[in-house]
Amino acid sequence: MPIPGIGLAKGLWLTLKALFRKPVTVMWPDEKEELAPRARGVIALSTDNCTSCMLCARECPDWCIYIEAHKVEIPTDKPGGRVRTRNELDRFDIDYGLCMYCGICVEVCPFDALYWSPAHEYGEYKIADLLHDKEKLVEWLGTVPEPPALEK
Amino acid sequence: MIAFAVPFALWLTAKLLVALGLMLGVVLVVIWMELKWSAHIQSRVGPWYVGGRWGWAHPLAEALKFLQKEDLVPDDADDKVFRLAPYVMLAGTIATFVVIPIGPSVVARDLDIGIFYLLAVSSLSTLGVLMAGWSSGNKYSLIGGIRAGAQLIAYELPLVLALVAVAVQAGTLSLTGIVAAQATPLFHIGSTGISLPFVLSGQIIGFVVFIIASLAELNRTPFDLPMAESELTMGYVTEYSGLRFSMFFLGEYAGMVSMAAVVSTVYLGGYWLPGLSNDLLDWLGPFVLVGKIFFIVFLFIWFRWTWPRIREDQLQQLAWKWLIPLTLFNIVATATLKVVF
Repeated sequence: MPIPGIGLAKGLWLTLKALFRKPVTVMWPDEKEELAPRARGVIALSTDNCTSCMLCARECPDWCIYIEAHKVEIPTDKPGGRVRTRNELDRFDIDYGLCMYCGICVEVCPFDALYWSPAHEYGEYKIADLLHDKEKLVEWLGTVPEPPALEK
Repeated sequence: MIAFAVPFALWLTAKLLVALGLMLGVVLVVIWMELKWSAHIQSRVGPWYVGGRWGWAHPLAEALKFLQKEDLVPDDADDKVFRLAPYVMLAGTIATFVVIPIGPSVVARDLDIGIFYLLAVSSLSTLGVLMAGWSSGNKYSLIGGIRAGAQLIAYELPLVLALVAVAVQAGTLSLTGIVAAQATPLFHIGSTGISLPFVLSGQIIGFVVFIIASLAELNRTPFDLPMAESELTMGYVTEYSGLRFSMFFLGEYAGMVSMAAVVSTVYLGGYWLPGLSNDLLDWLGPFVLVGKIFFIVFLFIWFRWTWPRIREDQLQQLAWKWLIPLTLFNIVATATLKVVF
Protein backbone atom coordinates (compact mmCIF):
# COMPACT_ATOMS: atom_id res chain seq x y z
CA MET A 1 0.00 0.00 0.00
CA PRO A 2 1.45 3.38 -0.89
CA ILE A 3 2.04 5.80 1.97
CA PRO A 4 -0.89 8.27 2.14
CA GLY A 5 0.12 11.73 1.02
CA ILE A 6 3.30 10.52 -0.67
CA GLY A 7 2.09 12.17 -3.87
CA LEU A 8 2.28 15.58 -2.22
CA ALA A 9 5.89 14.95 -1.23
CA LYS A 10 6.73 13.68 -4.72
CA GLY A 11 5.30 16.85 -6.21
CA LEU A 12 7.33 19.00 -3.84
CA TRP A 13 10.51 17.12 -4.76
CA LEU A 14 9.77 17.62 -8.47
CA THR A 15 9.26 21.37 -8.15
CA LEU A 16 12.32 21.69 -5.92
CA LYS A 17 14.42 20.01 -8.61
CA ALA A 18 12.91 22.31 -11.23
CA LEU A 19 13.74 25.33 -9.08
CA PHE A 20 17.46 24.63 -9.35
CA ARG A 21 17.43 23.56 -12.98
CA LYS A 22 18.56 25.92 -15.71
CA PRO A 23 15.49 27.66 -17.20
CA VAL A 24 14.61 26.75 -20.76
CA THR A 25 13.82 30.37 -21.68
CA VAL A 26 15.53 31.67 -24.82
CA MET A 27 16.44 35.28 -24.05
CA TRP A 28 15.14 36.80 -27.28
CA PRO A 29 16.29 39.18 -28.80
CA ASP A 30 19.73 38.68 -27.22
CA GLU A 31 19.77 35.08 -28.35
CA LYS A 32 17.79 33.60 -31.20
CA GLU A 33 16.04 30.30 -31.34
CA GLU A 34 16.68 27.76 -34.08
CA LEU A 35 13.19 27.40 -35.51
CA ALA A 36 11.86 24.30 -37.21
CA PRO A 37 11.95 24.67 -41.01
CA ARG A 38 8.19 24.18 -41.13
CA ALA A 39 7.51 26.92 -38.58
CA ARG A 40 4.74 29.29 -39.71
CA GLY A 41 6.41 32.67 -39.51
CA VAL A 42 5.49 34.52 -42.66
CA ILE A 43 4.11 33.70 -46.13
CA ALA A 44 6.42 34.35 -49.07
CA LEU A 45 5.30 34.88 -52.66
CA SER A 46 6.91 33.73 -55.86
CA THR A 47 5.44 36.05 -58.50
CA ASP A 48 6.73 33.87 -61.36
CA ASN A 49 4.51 31.04 -60.25
CA CYS A 50 1.44 33.13 -59.53
CA THR A 51 -1.29 33.03 -62.17
CA SER A 52 -3.61 35.46 -60.34
CA CYS A 53 -6.17 32.67 -60.12
CA MET A 54 -7.52 34.24 -56.91
CA LEU A 55 -7.96 30.86 -55.22
CA CYS A 56 -5.93 31.94 -52.19
CA ALA A 57 -7.82 35.22 -51.84
CA ARG A 58 -11.14 33.42 -52.01
CA GLU A 59 -10.19 30.63 -49.61
CA CYS A 60 -8.72 32.97 -47.04
CA PRO A 61 -11.02 32.77 -43.97
CA ASP A 62 -10.56 36.40 -42.99
CA TRP A 63 -9.94 37.91 -46.41
CA CYS A 64 -6.51 39.26 -45.74
CA ILE A 65 -5.17 38.74 -49.28
CA TYR A 66 -5.67 41.44 -51.89
CA ILE A 67 -5.02 40.60 -55.54
CA GLU A 68 -5.31 42.81 -58.56
CA ALA A 69 -4.22 41.74 -62.05
CA HIS A 70 -4.69 42.62 -65.66
CA LYS A 71 -4.50 40.63 -68.85
CA VAL A 72 -1.60 40.96 -71.28
CA GLU A 73 -1.62 39.63 -74.79
CA ILE A 74 1.35 37.55 -75.80
CA PRO A 75 2.27 38.29 -79.41
CA THR A 76 2.37 35.25 -81.69
CA ASP A 77 5.70 33.87 -82.94
CA LYS A 78 4.31 33.18 -86.42
CA PRO A 79 2.02 35.45 -88.31
CA GLY A 80 -1.59 34.37 -88.30
CA GLY A 81 -1.33 32.52 -84.95
CA ARG A 82 -3.87 32.91 -82.19
CA VAL A 83 -3.05 35.60 -79.65
CA ARG A 84 -2.63 34.13 -76.18
CA THR A 85 -3.36 36.01 -72.94
CA ARG A 86 -1.60 35.90 -69.59
CA ASN A 87 -2.42 37.49 -66.22
CA GLU A 88 0.03 40.15 -65.06
CA LEU A 89 0.02 40.61 -61.30
CA ASP A 90 -0.42 44.26 -60.28
CA ARG A 91 -0.98 43.92 -56.62
CA PHE A 92 -0.55 41.06 -54.14
CA ASP A 93 -0.88 42.18 -50.52
CA ILE A 94 -1.21 40.13 -47.36
CA ASP A 95 -2.47 41.99 -44.32
CA TYR A 96 -0.62 40.35 -41.41
CA GLY A 97 -2.77 42.36 -39.03
CA LEU A 98 -5.62 40.10 -40.13
CA CYS A 99 -3.84 36.89 -41.09
CA MET A 100 -4.36 34.05 -38.62
CA TYR A 101 -1.59 31.89 -40.03
CA CYS A 102 -3.92 29.03 -40.99
CA GLY A 103 -1.98 28.32 -44.14
CA ILE A 104 -5.03 27.55 -46.29
CA CYS A 105 -3.69 29.88 -49.02
CA VAL A 106 -0.43 27.92 -49.13
CA GLU A 107 -2.36 24.65 -49.28
CA VAL A 108 -4.74 25.77 -51.95
CA CYS A 109 -2.25 27.38 -54.37
CA PRO A 110 -2.16 25.16 -57.46
CA PHE A 111 1.19 26.40 -58.76
CA ASP A 112 3.33 26.64 -55.59
CA ALA A 113 3.42 30.42 -55.58
CA LEU A 114 3.08 30.70 -51.79
CA TYR A 115 5.54 29.34 -49.22
CA TRP A 116 5.82 29.27 -45.48
CA SER A 117 8.93 30.82 -44.01
CA PRO A 118 10.01 30.70 -40.35
CA ALA A 119 11.00 34.40 -40.38
CA HIS A 120 8.85 36.15 -37.78
CA GLU A 121 10.53 39.35 -36.63
CA TYR A 122 8.41 41.86 -38.53
CA GLY A 123 6.57 43.58 -35.71
CA GLU A 124 5.47 47.16 -36.39
CA TYR A 125 4.43 50.14 -34.29
CA LYS A 126 1.55 50.97 -36.64
CA ILE A 127 -0.94 48.28 -37.54
CA ALA A 128 -1.21 49.56 -41.13
CA ASP A 129 2.45 48.71 -41.63
CA LEU A 130 1.62 45.06 -41.23
CA LEU A 131 0.18 45.08 -44.75
CA HIS A 132 2.99 43.51 -46.76
CA ASP A 133 2.94 44.34 -50.46
CA LYS A 134 4.14 42.27 -53.39
CA GLU A 135 7.75 43.41 -53.20
CA LYS A 136 8.01 42.63 -49.52
CA LEU A 137 6.41 39.22 -49.98
CA VAL A 138 8.93 38.43 -52.69
CA GLU A 139 11.70 39.49 -50.33
CA TRP A 140 10.51 36.91 -47.82
CA LEU A 141 11.17 34.27 -50.47
CA GLY A 142 14.85 34.48 -49.54
CA THR A 143 14.09 33.19 -46.05
CA VAL A 144 12.19 30.12 -47.24
CA PRO A 145 14.16 27.00 -46.29
CA GLU A 146 15.07 24.33 -48.83
CA PRO A 147 12.34 21.71 -49.22
CA PRO A 148 13.22 18.35 -47.68
CA ALA A 149 15.04 16.00 -50.04
CA LEU A 150 13.09 13.41 -51.95
CA GLU A 151 13.03 9.88 -50.63
CA LYS A 152 15.19 7.46 -52.57
CA MET B 1 16.63 51.13 24.75
CA ILE B 2 17.70 54.69 24.01
CA ALA B 3 16.43 58.26 23.78
CA PHE B 4 13.83 58.55 26.47
CA ALA B 5 14.13 62.33 26.27
CA VAL B 6 12.54 62.32 22.82
CA PRO B 7 8.89 63.44 22.96
CA PHE B 8 6.45 60.56 22.83
CA ALA B 9 4.69 61.65 19.63
CA LEU B 10 7.97 61.94 17.74
CA TRP B 11 9.16 58.59 19.06
CA LEU B 12 5.89 56.98 18.05
CA THR B 13 6.05 58.45 14.54
CA ALA B 14 9.61 57.26 14.13
CA LYS B 15 8.64 53.77 15.31
CA LEU B 16 5.69 53.69 12.94
CA LEU B 17 7.74 54.84 9.96
CA VAL B 18 10.48 52.33 10.64
CA ALA B 19 7.94 49.54 11.08
CA LEU B 20 6.04 50.44 7.91
CA GLY B 21 9.22 50.90 5.89
CA LEU B 22 10.67 47.62 7.06
CA MET B 23 7.38 45.85 6.54
CA LEU B 24 6.79 47.18 3.01
CA GLY B 25 10.41 46.56 2.10
CA VAL B 26 10.19 42.95 3.18
CA VAL B 27 6.84 42.61 1.39
CA LEU B 28 8.29 43.91 -1.88
CA VAL B 29 11.16 41.47 -1.56
CA VAL B 30 8.66 38.67 -0.92
CA ILE B 31 6.65 39.62 -4.01
CA TRP B 32 9.85 39.58 -6.04
CA MET B 33 10.77 36.19 -4.60
CA GLU B 34 7.39 34.80 -5.50
CA LEU B 35 7.75 36.02 -9.10
CA LYS B 36 11.27 34.69 -9.38
CA TRP B 37 10.83 31.34 -7.64
CA SER B 38 7.58 30.54 -9.36
CA ALA B 39 9.30 31.29 -12.67
CA HIS B 40 12.20 28.97 -11.93
CA ILE B 41 9.86 26.24 -10.72
CA GLN B 42 8.24 26.45 -14.16
CA SER B 43 11.63 26.55 -15.94
CA ARG B 44 11.26 30.24 -16.80
CA VAL B 45 13.50 33.12 -15.73
CA GLY B 46 10.81 35.53 -14.48
CA PRO B 47 11.47 39.28 -14.17
CA TRP B 48 14.71 40.07 -15.95
CA TYR B 49 15.14 43.56 -17.34
CA VAL B 50 13.62 45.91 -14.73
CA GLY B 51 16.32 47.40 -12.51
CA GLY B 52 19.21 45.99 -14.46
CA ARG B 53 19.90 42.71 -12.70
CA TRP B 54 17.51 39.86 -11.95
CA GLY B 55 14.63 42.29 -12.44
CA TRP B 56 14.91 43.38 -8.81
CA ALA B 57 12.83 46.53 -9.40
CA HIS B 58 9.89 44.62 -10.85
CA PRO B 59 7.59 44.91 -7.77
CA LEU B 60 8.33 48.66 -7.58
CA ALA B 61 7.47 49.12 -11.25
CA GLU B 62 4.30 47.13 -10.72
CA ALA B 63 3.30 49.29 -7.75
CA LEU B 64 3.89 52.44 -9.84
CA LYS B 65 1.75 50.99 -12.61
CA PHE B 66 -1.12 50.34 -10.20
CA LEU B 67 -0.85 53.87 -8.80
CA GLN B 68 -1.54 55.30 -12.24
CA LYS B 69 -4.71 53.32 -12.82
CA GLU B 70 -8.23 54.57 -12.36
CA ASP B 71 -9.97 53.81 -9.08
CA LEU B 72 -13.27 52.33 -10.21
CA VAL B 73 -16.29 51.73 -7.99
CA PRO B 74 -19.18 49.77 -9.53
CA ASP B 75 -22.64 51.35 -9.54
CA ASP B 76 -24.10 48.47 -7.53
CA ALA B 77 -21.33 48.53 -4.95
CA ASP B 78 -21.88 49.56 -1.36
CA ASP B 79 -19.65 52.58 -1.71
CA LYS B 80 -18.32 53.15 1.81
CA VAL B 81 -17.73 49.49 2.65
CA PHE B 82 -16.18 48.93 -0.76
CA ARG B 83 -13.70 51.75 -0.22
CA LEU B 84 -12.91 50.75 3.35
CA ALA B 85 -12.29 47.03 2.78
CA PRO B 86 -8.66 47.20 1.53
CA TYR B 87 -7.63 49.32 4.51
CA VAL B 88 -9.16 46.84 6.93
CA MET B 89 -7.34 44.02 5.20
CA LEU B 90 -3.98 45.78 5.29
CA ALA B 91 -4.40 47.15 8.82
CA GLY B 92 -5.13 43.68 10.19
CA THR B 93 -1.94 42.22 8.84
CA ILE B 94 0.32 45.11 9.73
CA ALA B 95 -1.08 45.28 13.27
CA THR B 96 0.35 41.84 14.06
CA PHE B 97 3.85 43.32 14.00
CA VAL B 98 3.15 45.23 17.19
CA VAL B 99 3.81 42.18 19.33
CA ILE B 100 6.46 40.39 17.27
CA PRO B 101 9.80 40.80 19.05
CA ILE B 102 12.71 41.43 16.67
CA GLY B 103 15.36 41.45 19.39
CA PRO B 104 15.59 40.71 23.13
CA SER B 105 14.63 44.30 23.93
CA VAL B 106 13.38 45.46 20.52
CA VAL B 107 9.63 45.06 20.40
CA ALA B 108 6.97 47.65 19.67
CA ARG B 109 4.81 46.57 22.61
CA ASP B 110 5.34 43.44 24.68
CA LEU B 111 1.76 42.53 25.52
CA ASP B 112 1.10 39.95 28.21
CA ILE B 113 -1.65 38.53 26.03
CA GLY B 114 0.46 38.63 22.86
CA ILE B 115 -0.92 35.48 21.25
CA PHE B 116 -4.48 36.49 22.01
CA TYR B 117 -3.94 39.91 20.40
CA LEU B 118 -2.22 38.26 17.44
CA LEU B 119 -5.14 35.96 16.70
CA ALA B 120 -7.63 38.78 17.14
CA VAL B 121 -6.00 41.16 14.66
CA SER B 122 -5.04 38.48 12.15
CA SER B 123 -8.72 37.60 11.77
CA LEU B 124 -9.35 41.23 10.89
CA SER B 125 -7.93 40.72 7.41
CA THR B 126 -10.57 38.10 6.69
CA LEU B 127 -13.15 40.65 7.75
CA GLY B 128 -11.71 42.93 5.07
CA VAL B 129 -12.08 40.14 2.52
CA LEU B 130 -15.65 39.52 3.60
CA MET B 131 -16.42 43.26 3.36
CA ALA B 132 -14.94 43.41 -0.13
CA GLY B 133 -16.90 40.39 -1.28
CA TRP B 134 -20.17 41.58 0.19
CA SER B 135 -19.98 45.18 -0.99
CA SER B 136 -18.80 44.65 -4.55
CA GLY B 137 -22.25 43.96 -5.96
CA ASN B 138 -20.87 41.08 -7.99
CA LYS B 139 -21.74 37.40 -7.68
CA TYR B 140 -18.15 36.24 -8.03
CA SER B 141 -17.01 38.62 -5.32
CA LEU B 142 -19.85 37.52 -3.07
CA ILE B 143 -19.05 33.83 -3.44
CA GLY B 144 -15.37 34.58 -2.89
CA GLY B 145 -16.10 36.57 0.26
CA ILE B 146 -18.41 33.91 1.66
CA ARG B 147 -15.86 31.20 0.94
CA ALA B 148 -13.27 33.26 2.78
CA GLY B 149 -15.66 33.51 5.73
CA ALA B 150 -16.30 29.76 5.77
CA GLN B 151 -12.58 29.14 5.53
CA LEU B 152 -11.87 31.49 8.43
CA ILE B 153 -14.38 29.75 10.68
CA ALA B 154 -12.94 26.34 9.87
CA TYR B 155 -9.25 27.19 10.09
CA GLU B 156 -9.20 29.72 12.92
CA LEU B 157 -9.84 26.81 15.30
CA PRO B 158 -6.77 24.67 14.47
CA LEU B 159 -4.73 27.88 14.43
CA VAL B 160 -5.83 28.81 17.94
CA LEU B 161 -5.60 25.27 19.25
CA ALA B 162 -2.09 24.83 17.87
CA LEU B 163 -1.02 28.00 19.67
CA VAL B 164 -2.69 26.84 22.89
CA ALA B 165 -0.24 23.94 23.03
CA VAL B 166 2.64 26.39 22.56
CA ALA B 167 1.29 28.58 25.35
CA VAL B 168 1.06 25.52 27.59
CA GLN B 169 4.65 24.52 26.86
CA ALA B 170 6.02 28.04 27.23
CA GLY B 171 3.85 28.89 30.21
CA THR B 172 3.14 32.37 28.88
CA LEU B 173 1.03 34.19 26.30
CA SER B 174 3.61 36.89 25.71
CA LEU B 175 5.61 36.42 22.51
CA THR B 176 8.78 37.74 24.12
CA GLY B 177 8.24 35.17 26.84
CA ILE B 178 7.75 32.42 24.26
CA VAL B 179 11.04 33.26 22.54
CA ALA B 180 12.76 33.43 25.92
CA ALA B 181 11.29 30.01 26.78
CA GLN B 182 12.80 28.60 23.58
CA ALA B 183 16.15 30.16 24.43
CA THR B 184 16.37 28.64 27.90
CA PRO B 185 18.37 25.40 27.90
CA LEU B 186 16.24 22.27 27.73
CA PHE B 187 18.92 19.88 28.96
CA HIS B 188 22.67 19.90 29.48
CA ILE B 189 25.41 17.97 27.73
CA GLY B 190 28.36 18.42 30.02
CA SER B 191 28.29 22.08 30.94
CA THR B 192 26.77 23.43 27.71
CA GLY B 193 23.03 23.89 27.85
CA ILE B 194 21.19 22.73 24.74
CA SER B 195 18.12 24.81 23.95
CA LEU B 196 15.80 23.94 21.10
CA PRO B 197 13.08 25.86 19.28
CA PHE B 198 9.59 24.52 19.92
CA VAL B 199 9.40 22.81 16.54
CA LEU B 200 12.17 20.45 17.67
CA SER B 201 11.09 20.15 21.30
CA GLY B 202 7.67 18.61 21.03
CA GLN B 203 5.58 20.93 18.88
CA ILE B 204 6.14 19.28 15.49
CA ILE B 205 2.43 18.40 15.11
CA GLY B 206 1.49 21.93 16.13
CA PHE B 207 3.99 23.35 13.63
CA VAL B 208 2.62 21.33 10.69
CA VAL B 209 -0.99 22.09 11.61
CA PHE B 210 -0.18 25.77 12.08
CA ILE B 211 1.48 25.96 8.66
CA ILE B 212 -1.53 24.30 7.01
CA ALA B 213 -4.02 26.49 8.86
CA SER B 214 -2.08 29.67 8.13
CA LEU B 215 -2.02 28.78 4.43
CA ALA B 216 -5.80 28.54 4.62
CA GLU B 217 -6.01 31.75 6.63
CA LEU B 218 -3.94 33.56 4.00
CA ASN B 219 -6.04 32.18 1.13
CA ARG B 220 -2.92 30.74 -0.44
CA THR B 221 -2.94 27.73 -2.73
CA PRO B 222 -3.91 24.95 -2.07
CA PHE B 223 -6.59 26.83 -0.12
CA ASP B 224 -7.10 29.77 -2.47
CA LEU B 225 -10.80 29.14 -2.97
CA PRO B 226 -11.82 32.74 -2.23
CA MET B 227 -9.66 33.92 -5.15
CA ALA B 228 -9.89 30.87 -7.41
CA GLU B 229 -9.00 32.59 -10.70
CA SER B 230 -10.29 29.68 -12.77
CA GLU B 231 -13.75 29.64 -11.16
CA LEU B 232 -14.47 33.07 -9.69
CA THR B 233 -12.49 35.39 -12.00
CA MET B 234 -10.63 36.94 -9.06
CA GLY B 235 -13.02 36.26 -6.20
CA TYR B 236 -13.40 39.20 -3.83
CA VAL B 237 -10.97 41.47 -5.73
CA THR B 238 -12.82 41.15 -9.05
CA GLU B 239 -14.18 44.70 -8.91
CA TYR B 240 -11.10 46.38 -7.51
CA SER B 241 -8.64 48.34 -9.59
CA GLY B 242 -5.75 50.73 -9.23
CA LEU B 243 -4.56 51.64 -5.76
CA ARG B 244 -7.20 49.61 -3.96
CA PHE B 245 -6.29 46.48 -5.87
CA SER B 246 -2.63 47.02 -5.09
CA MET B 247 -3.57 47.36 -1.41
CA PHE B 248 -5.23 43.95 -1.54
CA PHE B 249 -2.18 42.63 -3.30
CA LEU B 250 0.14 44.13 -0.70
CA GLY B 251 -2.20 42.95 2.05
CA GLU B 252 -1.97 39.39 0.80
CA TYR B 253 1.81 39.41 0.84
CA ALA B 254 1.98 41.41 4.07
CA GLY B 255 -0.25 38.70 5.52
CA MET B 256 2.23 36.10 4.34
CA VAL B 257 5.08 37.98 5.97
CA SER B 258 3.22 38.49 9.24
CA MET B 259 2.11 34.84 9.38
CA ALA B 260 5.68 33.76 8.64
CA ALA B 261 6.86 36.09 11.40
CA VAL B 262 4.40 34.47 13.81
CA VAL B 263 5.46 30.96 12.79
CA SER B 264 9.14 31.77 13.15
CA THR B 265 8.60 33.50 16.49
CA VAL B 266 6.42 30.82 17.97
CA TYR B 267 7.99 27.66 16.53
CA LEU B 268 11.43 28.52 15.18
CA GLY B 269 12.72 30.69 18.00
CA GLY B 270 12.14 34.12 16.47
CA TYR B 271 15.12 36.46 16.71
CA TRP B 272 17.03 33.96 18.79
CA LEU B 273 19.92 31.97 17.37
CA PRO B 274 21.99 29.58 19.51
CA GLY B 275 25.42 30.88 20.50
CA LEU B 276 24.65 34.58 20.28
CA SER B 277 24.51 36.75 23.37
CA ASN B 278 21.58 39.03 24.11
CA ASP B 279 23.60 42.20 23.41
CA LEU B 280 24.53 40.89 19.99
CA LEU B 281 20.99 39.70 19.30
CA ASP B 282 19.66 43.23 19.80
CA TRP B 283 21.40 44.09 16.54
CA LEU B 284 21.45 40.75 14.74
CA GLY B 285 18.01 39.64 15.89
CA PRO B 286 16.07 41.41 13.13
CA PHE B 287 18.24 39.75 10.48
CA VAL B 288 17.82 36.34 12.07
CA LEU B 289 14.07 36.86 12.19
CA VAL B 290 13.92 38.04 8.57
CA GLY B 291 15.96 35.01 7.56
CA LYS B 292 13.48 32.71 9.25
CA ILE B 293 10.58 34.66 7.72
CA PHE B 294 12.07 34.15 4.26
CA PHE B 295 12.40 30.44 4.93
CA ILE B 296 8.72 30.12 5.88
CA VAL B 297 7.72 32.30 2.92
CA PHE B 298 9.76 30.01 0.70
CA LEU B 299 7.69 27.10 2.01
CA PHE B 300 4.46 29.01 1.23
CA ILE B 301 5.62 29.82 -2.31
CA TRP B 302 6.89 26.31 -2.87
CA PHE B 303 3.54 24.81 -1.81
CA ARG B 304 1.63 27.25 -3.99
CA TRP B 305 3.50 26.33 -7.16
CA THR B 306 3.34 22.60 -6.48
CA TRP B 307 -0.13 21.70 -5.29
CA PRO B 308 -3.47 22.20 -6.99
CA ARG B 309 -6.43 23.88 -5.30
CA ILE B 310 -8.59 21.57 -3.19
CA ARG B 311 -12.38 21.41 -3.26
CA GLU B 312 -14.59 23.25 -0.78
CA ASP B 313 -15.79 20.01 0.87
CA GLN B 314 -12.23 18.69 1.09
CA LEU B 315 -11.24 21.98 2.68
CA GLN B 316 -13.88 21.65 5.38
CA GLN B 317 -13.15 17.95 5.92
CA LEU B 318 -9.45 18.58 6.40
CA ALA B 319 -10.12 21.20 9.04
CA TRP B 320 -12.87 19.51 11.05
CA LYS B 321 -11.93 15.84 10.68
CA TRP B 322 -8.16 16.01 10.83
CA LEU B 323 -6.63 19.26 12.00
CA ILE B 324 -8.88 19.99 14.98
CA PRO B 325 -8.67 16.46 16.48
CA LEU B 326 -4.90 16.51 15.87
CA THR B 327 -4.45 19.81 17.67
CA LEU B 328 -6.67 18.65 20.55
CA PHE B 329 -4.48 15.56 20.88
CA ASN B 330 -1.46 17.83 20.70
CA ILE B 331 -2.74 19.96 23.58
CA VAL B 332 -3.41 16.92 25.75
CA ALA B 333 0.00 15.44 24.95
CA THR B 334 1.78 18.73 25.62
CA ALA B 335 -0.05 19.25 28.89
CA THR B 336 0.71 15.69 30.00
CA LEU B 337 4.40 16.04 29.18
CA LYS B 338 4.48 19.41 30.92
CA VAL B 339 3.08 17.85 34.09
CA VAL B 340 5.36 14.81 33.91
CA PHE B 341 8.62 16.71 33.37
